[in-house]
Amino acid sequence: MTAPAAAPGGAEVQIRGLTRVFGDRTVLTGLDLDIRRGEFVALIGHSGCGKTTLLRLLAGLDRPDGGTVRVPPARMVVFQEHRLLPWRRVWRNVAIGLRGKDARAAAVRALAEVGLADHVDSWPRTLSGGEAQRVALARALVREPQLLLLDEPFAALDALTRIKMHALVRRLIARQRPAVLLVTHDVDEAILLADRVVAMRGGRLAAEHPVPAEATRRGSPEFARLRAALLAELGVEEAADDVTVP
Amino acid sequence: MSRFPHRTVSWLAPLALLALWEGAARGGLLSDQVLPAPSTVVATAADLTADGELPRHLLASLRRAATGFALGAAAGLGLGVLVGLSRIAESLIDRSVQMVRAVPFLAVLPLVIVWFGVGEGGKVFLIALGTGFPLYLNTVLGIRQIDPKLLEMSRVVGQGRLERVRWVILPGALPSILGGLRLALTHAWLALVIAETIGATEGIGFMATNAREFLQVDVIVLVVLLYALIGITCDLLARFLERRLLSWHASYAPGSP
Ligand SMILES: Nc1ncnc2c1ncn2[C@@H]1O[C@H](COP(=O)(O)OP(=O)(O)O)[C@@H](O)[C@H]1O
Ligand SMILES: [Mg+2]
Repeated sequence: MTAPAAAPGGAEVQIRGLTRVFGDRTVLTGLDLDIRRGEFVALIGHSGCGKTTLLRLLAGLDRPDGGTVRVPPARMVVFQEHRLLPWRRVWRNVAIGLRGKDARAAAVRALAEVGLADHVDSWPRTLSGGEAQRVALARALVREPQLLLLDEPFAALDALTRIKMHALVRRLIARQRPAVLLVTHDVDEAILLADRVVAMRGGRLAAEHPVPAEATRRGSPEFARLRAALLAELGVEEAADDVTVP
Repeated sequence: MSRFPHRTVSWLAPLALLALWEGAARGGLLSDQVLPAPSTVVATAADLTADGELPRHLLASLRRAATGFALGAAAGLGLGVLVGLSRIAESLIDRSVQMVRAVPFLAVLPLVIVWFGVGEGGKVFLIALGTGFPLYLNTVLGIRQIDPKLLEMSRVVGQGRLERVRWVILPGALPSILGGLRLALTHAWLALVIAETIGATEGIGFMATNAREFLQVDVIVLVVLLYALIGITCDLLARFLERRLLSWHASYAPGSP
């Protein structure tokens, strides 16, 4: 049912009536979602609501029980954990699965783009958490995917590193312009990075909020308003009062 | 941290013990028929080397051990990889092997004698048996313990089955396989000692048995020391391989304890 073919009408991803059942637990029930070419969509939702399940279906790591999924053939995933092979040097972890003799050159270029030119020949265990995640990002981007799937890739990083990663991701995405689906817990992150934020509840998409250009500045009234709205989607009403609108 | 020279003392202590032994033997406290002086054992070793007896028997023992080890390792590793990679092979082979494994491999000694007599075949078989099981078990375990998240990543980047085995499965199982190798070397060595007590006509075990007939305690002590030396060499070999092949691993990296 997962057809790796380009969807018509500029939609890179087209999901219709997607259903996934684990035992007697229905995790996805008739979920619909489109992602346009080059569009950055953030997906928020409570823990355990099925975000990773959806992402795995899009990655082709799982089969749906119902509905259709159309995705482009070139897809890459960055997981919450870096998933680097500890027994391969950094550049080989980036070049993994690439064919041809210029694999190393491509890996080195990708590592330079994420600011790790000095770590090409390092062992993964010598990297910090943020550096390892940048390698994972390089591993995904070196393949120039049409669809980039990010499953809470910054959740395990400290706040400062996360802010740097946001800037990096924005810069890299701007160059390749893949369609992106970012799963996140962090409402601020969703607003700062995405063109559109969708909220998941009860196994389907419950709401969607386009992100206006003015909202991507922290501290702008649009940012505060959207943030409050998204937190409300997650059922965090009181947090809206914390937001001070200048 | 402390002023006490632990390292120096840890080497001096056994040397002191050796000196004490030498002194006791020379002073007549230890009879030559109980424990000859270390210097006597060294002299015996020199004599036996000069007349070619020691090299001949040592070579016979090493050839025997190497043959058994190679056969056992090939079988253990080969079956282990097969069972680790293939569900069908697992259901065909694994349970039987796991059941046979409950038998201490030295307990089959009488059977081996009945099957092979006291010839070379039985000795090699015993060594192969001691080698094969730990390698098989650790190989299977190592492959099963590989992080499924890494296997998933391998799928995401589009690796085929063969590439996955080479990049993820074998390197991931390697620490466990090398642990099995260490155990296999210990068993092979133990099997060698036992095997050589059953009707050998050459080998250092034969030297010891022969020496017992003539109450040549110095030769017996020499053989015991040689067995110890082989054991230490095996251990060093296993350590060397671990350091060499697992340099990516934090606990084997240069500079770590
Ligand atoms: N392979 C599986 N087998 C059984 N249950 C699963 C499986 N994968 C996910 N689930 C269940 O599906 C639900 C959604 O999981 P997940 O998609 O990981 O949530 P999240 O939104 O936190 O990423 C959870 O209740 C989880 O226990
Ligand atoms: Mg998840």
